[in-house]
Amino acid sequence: MTLYQFLFYVFASSAVLSAIRVISVKNPVHAALFLVLTFFSTALVWILMEAEFLGIVLLLVYVGAVMVLFLFVVMMLDINLAPLREGFVRNLPVGVFVALVMVIELGLVVGAHSFGLSAYPAPTPAPADAANTLALGSVLYTDFVYPFEIAAFILLVSIVAAIVLAHRKREGVLYQNIDAQVRVRRADRLRIVSMPASKPVTAAEESEGKPS
Amino acid sequence: MEKIYLAIVLAPLIGALIAGLFGRPIGRAGAHWVTILGVAIAFALSLYSFYQHVWGGLPTFNGAVYTWAATDNFQFDVGFLIDHLTVLMMVVVTGVSLMVHIYTIGYMADDPGYQRFFSYISLFTFSMLMLVMANNLMQLFFGWEAVGLVSYLLIGFWYKRETAIFANLKAFLVNRVGDFGFLLGIAAILMYANTVDYATFFERLPALAGVTVQIWPGVEWSLPTVIAILLFIGAMGKSAQVPLHVWLPDSMEGPTPISALIHAATMVTAGIFMVARFSPLYELSDAALSFIMVIGAVTALFMGLLGLVQNDIKRVVAYSTLSQLGYMTVALGASAYSAAIFHLMTHAFFKALLFLAAGSVIIAMHHEQDIRKMGGLWKYMPITFVTFLIGSLALIGFPGTSGFYSKDSIIMAVEASNLPGATFAYWSVLIGVFVTALYTFRMFFLVFFGKERMDAHTRSHLHESPKVVTLPLIALAIPSLIVGYFAIDPLLFGGFFGESIKVMPEHGAMASLQAHFHGAAAMFLHGLTSPVVLLSLAGVGVAALMYLGFPDSLPKGVARVFSLPKRILDGAYGFDDFNNVVFGAGSRLLGRGLWRVGDVRMIDGWLVNGTAGLVAFTAGQWRKMQTGYLYHYAFVMILGLIGLMTWIVFVR
Amino acid sequence: MISLSQFLIFGAMLFSISVAGIFLNRKNVLILLMAIELMLLAVNVNFIAFSHFLGDINGQVFVFFVLTVAAAEAAIGLAILVTLFRNRRTINVEDLTAMKG
Repeated sequence: MTLYQFLFYVFASSAVLSAIRVISVKNPVHAALFLVLTFFSTALVWILMEAEFLGIVLLLVYVGAVMVLFLFVVMMLDINLAPLREGFVRNLPVGVFVALVMVIELGLVVGAHSFGLSAYPAPTPAPADAANTLALGSVLYTDFVYPFEIAAFILLVSIVAAIVLAHRKREGVLYQNIDAQVRVRRADRLRIVSMPASKPVTAAEESEGKPS
Repeated sequence: MEKIYLAIVLAPLIGALIAGLFGRPIGRAGAHWVTILGVAIAFALSLYSFYQHVWGGLPTFNGAVYTWAATDNFQFDVGFLIDHLTVLMMVVVTGVSLMVHIYTIGYMADDPGYQRFFSYISLFTFSMLMLVMANNLMQLFFGWEAVGLVSYLLIGFWYKRETAIFANLKAFLVNRVGDFGFLLGIAAILMYANTVDYATFFERLPALAGVTVQIWPGVEWSLPTVIAILLFIGAMGKSAQVPLHVWLPDSMEGPTPISALIHAATMVTAGIFMVARFSPLYELSDAALSFIMVIGAVTALFMGLLGLVQNDIKRVVAYSTLSQLGYMTVALGASAYSAAIFHLMTHAFFKALLFLAAGSVIIAMHHEQDIRKMGGLWKYMPITFVTFLIGSLALIGFPGTSGFYSKDSIIMAVEASNLPGATFAYWSVLIGVFVTALYTFRMFFLVFFGKERMDAHTRSHLHESPKVVTLPLIALAIPSLIVGYFAIDPLLFGGFFGESIKVMPEHGAMASLQAHFHGAAAMFLHGLTSPVVLLSLAGVGVAALMYLGFPDSLPKGVARVFSLPKRILDGAYGFDDFNNVVFGAGSRLLGRGLWRVGDVRMIDGWLVNGTAGLVAFTAGQWRKMQTGYLYHYAFVMILGLIGLMTWIVFVR
Repeated sequence: MISLSQFLIFGAMLFSISVAGIFLNRKNVLILLMAIELMLLAVNVNFIAFSHFLGDINGQVFVFFVLTVAAAEAAIGLAILVTLFRNRRTINVEDLTAMKG
């Protein structure tokens, strides 16, 4: 067993086991953390397959951003977990059965005997100075430039959509209206009242006069 | 000349449009002046064309003035074919139409639809001219349908009368039956000859003579026979031949002037004209000629018999028209086309005269049409009396009158014909002569002689009709009396029609007639002793005996002795009852069935509401599957995924 | 060496686990979302494995796009979840039956 194989089995089994934990733990926070572990192990598997850039992206984007977002949401929402776990045990046989059937069938499909997958020789390892990021970028910005722009646009739209969806107009909160402050005119704020000139009112007169 | 032909056609149309569209602003007098002017122009120009063609030696004109539609194979033109046959028809049509226009001023004087009436009859003149002047079948059909339309409009002119509406509907429907055959005939010509043009069709006719068509498997028919009979079915509708005659008596619901113009003189003769125009086709088929002759003979005799039992003065004349149309048809069947056209012309004059005179009587009687309530009118209305007498004499073929020459020619032609059915036709028309004389003079004696049976109020107002009524009577009486004497020689034997009418040598009726013809005067002298004249005089005698000699007892006695035949005649042989029961009730039943089953149940029930109901039902079932639970949808998706993979792994 | 099949089976296992997760945690939208992320990850594993063995960089480009869309999906899904919870005080799938026919 080479180091390569050893690493693959370690990372793969770690990913699979933590994935199983994702779907079986009671606490969503734990589930999210196990998901992080799954992603992390999978990223390592990817790096084994010489997809270094994507492995790093998976770590940074998923583990760093998306999973944190999950954790935020989980902790932000005050969720009563008990009813959400109902039926877990009842559904367990069905779920396991379905998963087994799928694994077997997928294994039959992607296994060595169908479709001649075994005919694929192991690729020659890339040289040590091979730049995966360069290779990916050179296609991404030439052949796939339009899809790339569309992907960027999708991200932008999803940001706007997420903000609009989650945004909430709060009652009783004061905002500074910069727009109105800039547009303000003198007439809006200042009122010149013409008053007849008169002699100052003395304290004595004021005390006997009617309240103004 | 082309411009003149165009003017002949368009002048009445312009008159009709002005009177019809601007009837209110131009007023009643304006309406009759403008239409009469239009028809007068047409009449004058027709006379001029007649003169130019007959004496001026102008060659036959055949040309298109406007191309209506053209495809790769066909060209539909509006064009004129002007030969001797056409100019004769043009003069008859415009002449009678002019008389009727003038007469209408008097007859319709009090009618609120005055302008409308003038517009219609001018429109009719235009349509009829289009029909007779056409040089192709499409235009003929246009004119054919247009006169049918105007006939429909005019029969129902008094549209508030229930019976008038019934009558015009009946006329329209019965004519549709005929037109269906006619249209099939045109289609057959278009299909086999690839043209609708007369001249081209006649050129290609010899090539079609031997062609046979299969109507249904196993039955081969000669193509000319099929086309000829189909076209003749159209003529049967328009010219009211048995069994499509039922509309003509009912058409008397319309005002009398149009009975004279449309339903006696011109439109009903369109069928006769058409068959004569297509003589090259009909000559090719002995079977079609026999068919025509038998149909004509049946019409001539049996419709005449019906005239014996009618009491409405206009219906008597209407049945006599049917009978006379039968005579013309018999002549066509005997290949005596020129005799048929000759009779058509003389009949146009004397039958229009009879109708107009009957109309004059009706005016005097305050629109009472029952001849049993008339009598002794001769001393009140001398001009009407004399002209009516002239018309009646011409109708029964009294020697010397125009009717004598034309009808005698027909009878002799039938006698000379050797086609199957000719013997039957000969005896029919011969007996028909007696019947014609009998019913004509029965009516004549009942109206003008005998006791005055009208009520006192009517009697006190009896007087001769105004000049606009009597002038056309006189104008029509003159040709009724004399035109036969002058016209028979050139028309029948002088080669007047030239190329327009073709007769095969083996159909020798006209040739044998020519052999026996020694001039009109000789024919007159010979006619005095011929069985035809003797029979008609016998008819007059019997009528005189019954209605002048013993008016109180003899008609009743005869009616009692012949009670069964009288019942049959009163029921008009049951054609109307048969049509009502079989076609009327049958089509109502069919329509009801189609409505109930086809429309309500199948279209509404199954197709329209059924589709909607099915969609609603299916949706109602399917929406139960939509639980709204996310995991159900996911479950179904995954099941589908598993199914797909199973298929890939184990089946594929 | 590790063959292509082994990488693919690894992906298939991740995928099957996420399917089982959908079955088991059919009430908790959060876990469902996580399971979906897991599914996408499994698909990405396949892409990268094929890319590696076929020597074709386009597979990785695809993974890149899938990651983009998955991130967007997660963001919007969570936003919807927050809005949902704010309005209904629940994230129980059983209560979300507005689409029931």
